[in-house]
Amino acid sequence: MLQTKKRNTIYDEVLARGFTRRDFLKMCTALAATMGLTFKESEKVVQAMETAKRVPVLWLQFQACTGCTESFIRASHPKVESVLLDMISLEFSDVLSAASGEALEEAMQNVIREYAGEYVLVCEGAVPDDTYCQLGGKGAQEVLKEAAKDAKFIITFGSCASWGGIQAAKPNPTNARPIKDIVKNKQIVRVPGCPPIAEVMTGVIAHVITFGKLPELDQHGRPKAFYRHRIHDKCNRRAYFDAGLFAESFDDIGAKQGYCLYKLGCKGPTTYASCAEMRWNGGTSYPIQSGNPCIGCTEKDFWDNGPFFERRAKIPGTQTTINPDKVGFALTGVALAGVAAHAAATAVKKKIDEKSSEERSE
Amino acid sequence: MMANRIVVDPIARIEGHLRVEAEVKDGKIAEAYSSGTSVRGIELILEGRDPRDVWAFTQRICGVCTTTHALCSVRAVEHALDIKIPKNANLIRNIMNEAQFLHDHTVHFYHLHALDWVDVVSALDADPNETSRIAQSISDWPNSSPGYFKDVQNKVKKVVESGQLGIFANGYWGHPLYKLPPEVNLLAVAHYLEALDWQKEFVKIHTILGGKNPHPHYVVGGMATPIDINSDNAIHAERLMHISKIIDQAREFVNKVYIPDLLAIGSYYKDWLHGDSQKNYIVYGDFPTGDIRDVETYRAPRGIILDGDLSKVYDFDLADKNQIQEFIDRSYYVYNDGKDSGGRHPSEGETNLKYSGPNLPYDYLDVDKKYSWVKAPRWKNKPMETGPLARVLVGYASGREDYVETVNEALQTLDVPVEALHSAIGRMIARGLETKIVAEWLRNDMDELLNNIKNGDQTTFDRSKWDPKTWPKNTSGIGWMEAPRGSLGHWTHIVDGKIHNYQAVVPTTWNASPADNNGNIGPLEASIKGTPIADPKRPLEILRIVHSYDPCLSCAVHLTDLENKETTKIMLG
Repeated sequence: MLQTKKRNTIYDEVLARGFTRRDFLKMCTALAATMGLTFKESEKVVQAMETAKRVPVLWLQFQACTGCTESFIRASHPKVESVLLDMISLEFSDVLSAASGEALEEAMQNVIREYAGEYVLVCEGAVPDDTYCQLGGKGAQEVLKEAAKDAKFIITFGSCASWGGIQAAKPNPTNARPIKDIVKNKQIVRVPGCPPIAEVMTGVIAHVITFGKLPELDQHGRPKAFYRHRIHDKCNRRAYFDAGLFAESFDDIGAKQGYCLYKLGCKGPTTYASCAEMRWNGGTSYPIQSGNPCIGCTEKDFWDNGPFFERRAKIPGTQTTINPDKVGFALTGVALAGVAAHAAATAVKKKIDEKSSEERSE
Repeated sequence: MMANRIVVDPIARIEGHLRVEAEVKDGKIAEAYSSGTSVRGIELILEGRDPRDVWAFTQRICGVCTTTHALCSVRAVEHALDIKIPKNANLIRNIMNEAQFLHDHTVHFYHLHALDWVDVVSALDADPNETSRIAQSISDWPNSSPGYFKDVQNKVKKVVESGQLGIFANGYWGHPLYKLPPEVNLLAVAHYLEALDWQKEFVKIHTILGGKNPHPHYVVGGMATPIDINSDNAIHAERLMHISKIIDQAREFVNKVYIPDLLAIGSYYKDWLHGDSQKNYIVYGDFPTGDIRDVETYRAPRGIILDGDLSKVYDFDLADKNQIQEFIDRSYYVYNDGKDSGGRHPSEGETNLKYSGPNLPYDYLDVDKKYSWVKAPRWKNKPMETGPLARVLVGYASGREDYVETVNEALQTLDVPVEALHSAIGRMIARGLETKIVAEWLRNDMDELLNNIKNGDQTTFDRSKWDPKTWPKNTSGIGWMEAPRGSLGHWTHIVDGKIHNYQAVVPTTWNASPADNNGNIGPLEASIKGTPIADPKRPLEILRIVHSYDPCLSCAVHLTDLENKETTKIMLG
């Protein structure tokens, strides 16, 4: 067995890999950028990395499609190789672990035993009634509770682990639930999305690992750095919304010109995510940029908020039905008012969400 | 009684939750049982939904072969609504599926399968100079200097010395079945890391054409991504050249890294020819140059091989209710009339979820009864293997030039007969050869897309049947395709503009099925059965065979009954 107690800091690890301190500082700056920190604040990252050890991580999958793990390995900054070899020690993964069966379970038990209170638990997928998800001959709930008990932090990657996801869509035939419904007394970071953007995932991991604490969270437990704004707020088609210019069909002249996709069902105005800002796969594009209306995949119960290609009758935060044929013209002359209206809409939407979240927890 | 039972669960480096139990007798596996241990019920959730939304739901069946269920779903709905998509849309869909093949197969080889053949820890003993010499002798890929391999070795060394092995923790390192010299192990580890980096670039084809990856967007009637070479907000020359560049880099990676590694590693294991199934293979065919319903235009082969006899390729019919049937005799379901056995055609599929396995937690499954959430599809009562090996053999047996040429060249290099392909290593080789073939189709389809745009056609979407008012009141359709893991079919029934019934029979349901009404075991079970096992405590042999199928259990287990919802909960494929 190659398990030993000797543990190096991340700085030691980087030097041992033949990198210089200069390389190390560059890496820290890149990390700080990923976490949404300013250049000045990157010094904090340097300090943290000099003293931090590779943090053991258990990544458990329940009712999942593995899309979240797949997204994670697409990360470009920090690269997933660097995450796996320099930052974390991923001791259990259904996708990447070399071991299987008893040997893999033993690896998990080692972490739970030797790193109690220090390891991070990552969850992917929803948890149903036990017979619908059996892992190693045990019910998923038992496996989850055992792994969660001594975890320092829990991160739920994806809309399934965060909200219940597709299997929890009506009529939820297996009684699928989010992690928070099973593990109640632990701090949980919700990172929703179907899947989440790779750099959002590594960004959250980097934050937790580097600073040893959770990022600032909103009322739903989502990191503010990545879920503060609606896609609509930073959408590349936003100017056309404000101007009242809408694509009427896929592949029409408007769609080709970049007009707003709201009439084709776009859920950007009600979806809190970083897609428009960070974009996908190293900043290459995101659905709206590529002509596809957003389906709102970071939002709770988005599967039941369809049909995806029918526009919402109302934009949240307003009491009247918005006619998109008119709304743009109304706002054109008063751009400032438009911005203010959207800011208000955001605030109201948050209030509504807050309220429904309170109702849920009751 | 259970003294000789090996249990492998959880099984990592696959998609989803699979359990294998095996009886060992006289150093060999006498019986093997594969069990899907989780279910989600996505088809029940589809009931009453807008058929234009279904691609997004079915896509979430699997995030590894992301894209495939979405494509199959839009094809099923377009079949039901009699929609013919524009030429550009067909080309873009082909490009995206071909890209998926390249990504999926390469990641499978390096990240999901390689560690069954490559001993990571042994790479520490390698002489980087010798690794460099080997690398340069098999390929002109530029990352091949002694210094480069020394760096990789140092990375591995530090991970091992830190005592935190991470993803490499508790592997069966040092197992006697690992045969590669340390230098080749080091080469493979270097390319494990390179492929990890490469794959994230390659998926950008999906991002440009579908907005994101995993789970790019699709639309019924074509593709939503607009083409306008004179607009700043559509697919224009820069975007097209970006895709083009990625395709060329992918072909280079496949031909200079993946294929040479595959043949090098394969040459050390060509005597380990275990893992053959019943040698019945089924392939639906795909990659049409014309309409999907015109099978004559397919570039991927189509047909059936029985009992390993390559002299004959049989035809089949997905709509014939007597051909493909799914059985529940050993799966956790009952029919509405109370019977708990028998088979049904997917268009008439009906099953109620009823778990009857051991109480949780348990040590062993009760394999004499029902033991899996996976149903047992059969073609004319025969268990069928599907996937890269099936496609390569059907292509070869059909005399398709690109297949015959590519296969013969590889067989010659490895100095093995074609029969050697009926094995775990054969599946691995076939997957690589197929990647090489599909990479050329990808280039051709991209050239064809550029050419079509040059000729003035920028249409990607047919809006004539977008409005539900134009749809028939009661209609049904079948979508089929080749996914990386094998042949995939979706059966849909649309009534009053809503989904009434939806069924999917997926590759891993074929491959990882349990026994059926006649007691015929599934292909994966047959592959494991009879394999000699060196150390039952470290069953590397089972992992090799399981991984050779690249199983996807989320795909295999998800079907639901939509007909009798009062009593019913779930139905599996």
